[in-house]
Amino acid sequence: MSDFFTVALLTAILRSATPLVLAAMGGLLSERSGVINIALEGMMLTGAFFAVAGTHWTGNPWLGAAIGVGAASVAALIHAFWCITLRGNQIVAGTAINLIAAGLTAFLIQLIWDRAGATDSVEQLPDLFGTVNVLVFAALVIVPLVHFYLFRTKQGLHTMASGESPQAAESVGIDVTRNRYLAVVASGALAGMGGAYLSIGNLSYFTLDMTAGRGFIALAAVIFGGWTPFGAAGAALLFGAAQAIQIEAQATSGFPISADLLVALPYLLTLIAVTGLIRKSNGPAGLGQHANAH
Amino acid sequence: MTIRPGSAIVNAVGSVVAVLVALLIGAVVIVISGQDPWEAYRSLAEGALGSRRGRAETLVYAAPLILGGVAFAVAARAGMFNIGVEGQLVIGGFAAALVGATDWGLPSAIHIPLAVFAAAIAGGVWGFIPGVLKAATGAHEVITTIMLNYLAFRLIAYSIQKRSDWLPVDDSVQGTERVLDTARLPIILDATRLHAGVVIAFVAAFAIWFVLFHTTFGYKVRTVGLSEGAARYGGIRWGLTIAIAMALAGALAGLAGAGESLGLHGRHSAVPPGLGFTAIAVGLVGRNHPIGVIFSGLLFGFLSAGALTMQAEADVSRDIVLVLQGLVILAVAAFEAMNRLPWFRALGTPKTPPGGDRASDTGMSPEIESRPAPPAI
Repeated sequence: MSDFFTVALLTAILRSATPLVLAAMGGLLSERSGVINIALEGMMLTGAFFAVAGTHWTGNPWLGAAIGVGAASVAALIHAFWCITLRGNQIVAGTAINLIAAGLTAFLIQLIWDRAGATDSVEQLPDLFGTVNVLVFAALVIVPLVHFYLFRTKQGLHTMASGESPQAAESVGIDVTRNRYLAVVASGALAGMGGAYLSIGNLSYFTLDMTAGRGFIALAAVIFGGWTPFGAAGAALLFGAAQAIQIEAQATSGFPISADLLVALPYLLTLIAVTGLIRKSNGPAGLGQHANAH
Repeated sequence: MTIRPGSAIVNAVGSVVAVLVALLIGAVVIVISGQDPWEAYRSLAEGALGSRRGRAETLVYAAPLILGGVAFAVAARAGMFNIGVEGQLVIGGFAAALVGATDWGLPSAIHIPLAVFAAAIAGGVWGFIPGVLKAATGAHEVITTIMLNYLAFRLIAYSIQKRSDWLPVDDSVQGTERVLDTARLPIILDATRLHAGVVIAFVAAFAIWFVLFHTTFGYKVRTVGLSEGAARYGGIRWGLTIAIAMALAGALAGLAGAGESLGLHGRHSAVPPGLGFTAIAVGLVGRNHPIGVIFSGLLFGFLSAGALTMQAEADVSRDIVLVLQGLVILAVAAFEAMNRLPWFRALGTPKTPPGGDRASDTGMSPEIESRPAPPAI
């Protein structure tokens, strides 16, 4: 047992948590601005795919990551257009984005690499200090930045006002539409970065549906973390730890907790959290509302 | 029938236009990828409708989508956004396969109904949980149903890997053992995969249409979906109604899983099929009306059934069908957005109260859609 919690396990936890933390920060920005974002999953998948495609095209993983982040931002822009400008149902739009991302990435693998299931290997983003990928550090830096942005800058406070009460925000001259567009596109960029970590940070290729529900876990982390940056990051770390320990536990005989129970933990905890049994679960009051209801 | 935004005829036309727009955008994607969209769609249609076997396949693909679409629609009519169709479907299919694979020496006349019933109960429980959590604590069903989806996947994976000691599961095939012949839904058309589950789907859709629009319970469900306040004012027990509606939705999704396990595959596999998410699209395109869902389910079944032929003959990846399905949802959503524009509404008869049949737009709860609640009935 004492051999179990090693440096290797700690880095494994960081590796599992990084895509969750990045996507959770994205989900947080979007939700705080008042736009429900269940499209995080599709945005991550888009980012993961185009990071590989971009690296394949340019031969440079940095440019590849940028292309992945850009593509996920475009997916987010579509989500924003449907939710904010067309005032369509935010969950419907998110469901559509997720379906399109799954279909389009599968379609493009076939088109670009002429085979199904997975792409070829491309160059990875570099590791720092030996084994820890550069995007792991990016995730660690982004959390306090998002906190500072939301709670210490005018723009961030306006974003939160847009999420709490769009009508009131509008009445004091805050441009709710602009704030929400910015927040949703930023959420796409961050989710795309999380996806890029999965494909060219942790691995060097893209496989079908490689996000495997991580976008939804990230959303769960936002809710379980009480819609604050450090809370969401903590939850993402906890959920990442559950995944990492599960993988380790499968390799360790006589591990006391059922591995399957551990992977189910994020879902179970979030289910309990939203019922308010642990503590009151308070999302932004204006979540899903439009600025000028008619 | 008056032509006004939100009426059945406008919704039907809107869905057809949305599908056409999606096919058009899909054609552009195919052109960009350097292939022939006309040849793609032609071979798709030929694969799905050109032969007896193809037509049977269209129905086989449509069956779970119709049941899942109705499962989404029933919940939506009660103002609940049921993203949990997938979880309810797999837990139902798993339960059906477990009962179907267990040898109690039962005759078909008992074994089949028992296995189907098990699916409805398991799916029903999985639907009831988010319903009752919403009623009791206000927990948002979108979050709870997403979590329950993954809990269903995990529970099934765990059962298959670890509980072969007392369940008929087989880790080596990542699924349950084969369903016994006494529990298999019979094939109703020779030399095809058309099984009796398809009949269940159509009967269930018509039954739900009757329940929603011709019974007191259906009236309560629709009232609750239109306005929680109005329902309470009218003496309808809001919490009880949404909990029962969600249980009913879950049971329908469970039946979809039963058809897959007992009719199509003969076992339940641990890999989530994704049907529950396509079913959401089917429900939306069918405007959450059971009869509309039959048509949209047939359309989506048609796309899936023809996809392989399209890939073989036109060399267009079958995955384009998923893109088409997503585009259809976006197009329907765009049409609804238009439905709310003043000039579009003005096309209708001005005397119609704007409150009208609101649920036929989307069936979404006013809370999600943030529409003004219609006046108390």
